[in-house]
Amino acid sequence: MELEQFEYDNNIVRKFALATIIWGLVGMLVGLIAASELVWPELNVASWLNFGRIRPLHTNAVIFAFVGNGIFAGVYYSLQRLLKAPMYSKALSNINFWGWQAIIVAAAITLPLGITTSKEYAELEWPIDIAIALIWVAFGVNMMGTIIKRRVKHLYVAIWFYIATFVTVAVLHIVNSFELPLHFMKSYSWYAGVQDALVQWWYGHNAVAFFLTTPYLGLMYYFVPKAANRPVYSYRLSIIHFWALIFLYIWAGPHHLLYTALPDWAQSLGVVFSIMLIAPSWGGMLNGLLTLRGAWDRVRDSVVLKFMVVAITAYGMATFEGPMLSLKSVNVLSHFTDWTIAHVHVGGLGWNGMLTFGMLYWLFPKIYNVKLHSDRMANQHFWLATLGILVYVVPIYMAGFVQGLMWQKFTPEGTLVHGEFLETVTSLKFMYLMRVIGGTLYIIGAIMMTYNLLRTAAKGKLISNEKAEAPPLAALSHATHGGGKEYWHKIIERKPMMMLVLSLIVILVGGLVEIIPTMIVKSNVPTISAVKPYTPLELEGRDIYIREGCNNCHSQMVRPLRFETARYGEYSKAGEFVYDHPFLWGSKRTGPDLHREGVGNKQAKSDSWHYVHMEAPTDLSPGSIMPPYPFLLEDDLDTDYTVDKITVMRKLGVPYREGYEDQAMQDLEKQSLRIAQSIANDLSPDAGPDVIEALSKKEIISLIAYLQRLGSDIHEPEDPDGIISGLIETPTP
Amino acid sequence: MLKFIKHHMTSMENIEIYPIISLLIFFLFFTLLIIYTMRMDKGFIHMMEEQPLDDRITSKTDVS
Repeated sequence: MELEQFEYDNNIVRKFALATIIWGLVGMLVGLIAASELVWPELNVASWLNFGRIRPLHTNAVIFAFVGNGIFAGVYYSLQRLLKAPMYSKALSNINFWGWQAIIVAAAITLPLGITTSKEYAELEWPIDIAIALIWVAFGVNMMGTIIKRRVKHLYVAIWFYIATFVTVAVLHIVNSFELPLHFMKSYSWYAGVQDALVQWWYGHNAVAFFLTTPYLGLMYYFVPKAANRPVYSYRLSIIHFWALIFLYIWAGPHHLLYTALPDWAQSLGVVFSIMLIAPSWGGMLNGLLTLRGAWDRVRDSVVLKFMVVAITAYGMATFEGPMLSLKSVNVLSHFTDWTIAHVHVGGLGWNGMLTFGMLYWLFPKIYNVKLHSDRMANQHFWLATLGILVYVVPIYMAGFVQGLMWQKFTPEGTLVHGEFLETVTSLKFMYLMRVIGGTLYIIGAIMMTYNLLRTAAKGKLISNEKAEAPPLAALSHATHGGGKEYWHKIIERKPMMMLVLSLIVILVGGLVEIIPTMIVKSNVPTISAVKPYTPLELEGRDIYIREGCNNCHSQMVRPLRFETARYGEYSKAGEFVYDHPFLWGSKRTGPDLHREGVGNKQAKSDSWHYVHMEAPTDLSPGSIMPPYPFLLEDDLDTDYTVDKITVMRKLGVPYREGYEDQAMQDLEKQSLRIAQSIANDLSPDAGPDVIEALSKKEIISLIAYLQRLGSDIHEPEDPDGIISGLIETPTP
Repeated sequence: MLKFIKHHMTSMENIEIYPIISLLIFFLFFTLLIIYTMRMDKGFIHMMEEQPLDDRITSKTDVS
């Protein structure tokens, strides 16, 4: 049989590997800053460095920059070798690389500036969303092109995971990013309230599944056998693992919304599928670990295997914990607490981080054709990273339990023991400090790896194009492997496009069954007639709430549980969010819930309280870890787009009456002046009209207006300015 | 307590068929998948397992 000569492109692998290291360090460092801000709030020195703005920068950097580049590095290396073919197009490889880096830079600039959609792990604004879609498609075309040009008959299981990743991430990203632009750097989610929440967590959950899990499982199925130099434990199990995982994962999103205003049937569906997920996840974990059966002695000598074993173990722990967290009884305690944070860091630091490190320690010597600079240093990195993970997650688990239990504690008389939310935060300070130490250890390890790998690269010489040979596919198609009869699955494995379409169908079933009913069945979101749209000033305030990332620390979702209603008031109802584009339920309470913050509610505070609190939270709440917002008191509100916002909201279905645009600015001024007057009455009763006029123009006024409106509609809002009643068409009797 | 939310369950027509259909689909799918994998040809499995380990690189020097 004649052999064809060809070359593997290692240059693109090197580029992505270097980007993985650089962005990994950046992402971890931003995480360390964010963690430090929770211990020493005085570190919130500037608006662009505030916790609310850099927390999304940390999550995006780690997910899309660190793990994203890790995926590309691993896929570009393994795909070529598994298919015995060079990448389909070097130009597409480079577009993929430079485009992805440009997107990361755009994220690193826009997020600290407060340009955000507020939807978790989908915070980037619409022009960047479009760029992501285009670059992702370039990657997909390049991958599918390579698969079509391959020199092997059947696709190895790792490649199925890559294909499912490509298809699903594309679907998730596009569906969740439907938004109506207001201007170049601002848009509003197409969906509102409950629907937006369901779509967002269908996305958010599956971003974890199909960005942090499936591609890395593909990498596991390639690099673990490579590093151990023996085949995977059970190829049969890997087939079941693949189909079961992608079939089940897509349904589980609603477990992020248990006890919320999401319809009960969707919550139950999410729970059932989450529990079922244990089976394929653990099947995969065992398959990875048992690959080392009879060869565990190699783990002692191979630092690469050490990293991989810890990674796979962390995967097993996180995928056992995930379904447990989706049990309603566990979720009552865990939700909104640091337990979630600990859970994701077992996944992030353990599974993704350690697998990436193992892969990089294996890759660099291979593509530079040289031994690793220092095995000793790599071993030290391994121990530092493992210790770092433990020092990080153990205290943060404790923080989650402690805070969750404190929230729930009642006196025998039936009042909350810790009625003051702040008490439940200040008691976590030591655990937050331990997290900073754990994170620091982990980063020191990563810096040692960077040094070690750069020295390795300097010692060797990059094999940009690695020569290889294999018989052409045409020659193979006549050869039979084993039995003569072909099973249906073998046929699928031979046909990559069919694989792509089948994966698509499998994931769409789960997505559509959940999303369509919520979208079309009106009874899923019963309207509450008292709930009215936001006033123009409140809309502006809401945008400032989004800009400052308040939703990263404050939820807007009072669950129907006694300890919640005792603290915050009436539980949140689906019909209260019908005009919320986007929804702002949040997922973590570093501060208290704000859904019943408005006038007439349990937590209601005066306008002047908010004014003073925003300037320096510790003045009113000693020990508070909330960042100060003095700039909101100094900067004037930009009202250039206020009128357009009304128009955009109407297009999205908010029933502002025809022609309300002409009235909007007048109403905005009227409401601003009233709030400014009320603040002045409390804080400086002698203030003249010009002082009040100047105060009324500040950003803080709009934020206060928004906070005072929150959750007040079910009590028939007070409407002191007579604005709310004029927002919509009142039916003539 | 959940009266408000439970209302959706009752208001959806034929909602009880949802979980039953889901269960059937999954049961069928996995049964078929497991039967298939158990009956898979050993030679084929061996060939697939070996795929990542077979490199056939002819030269470890840069050819560019």
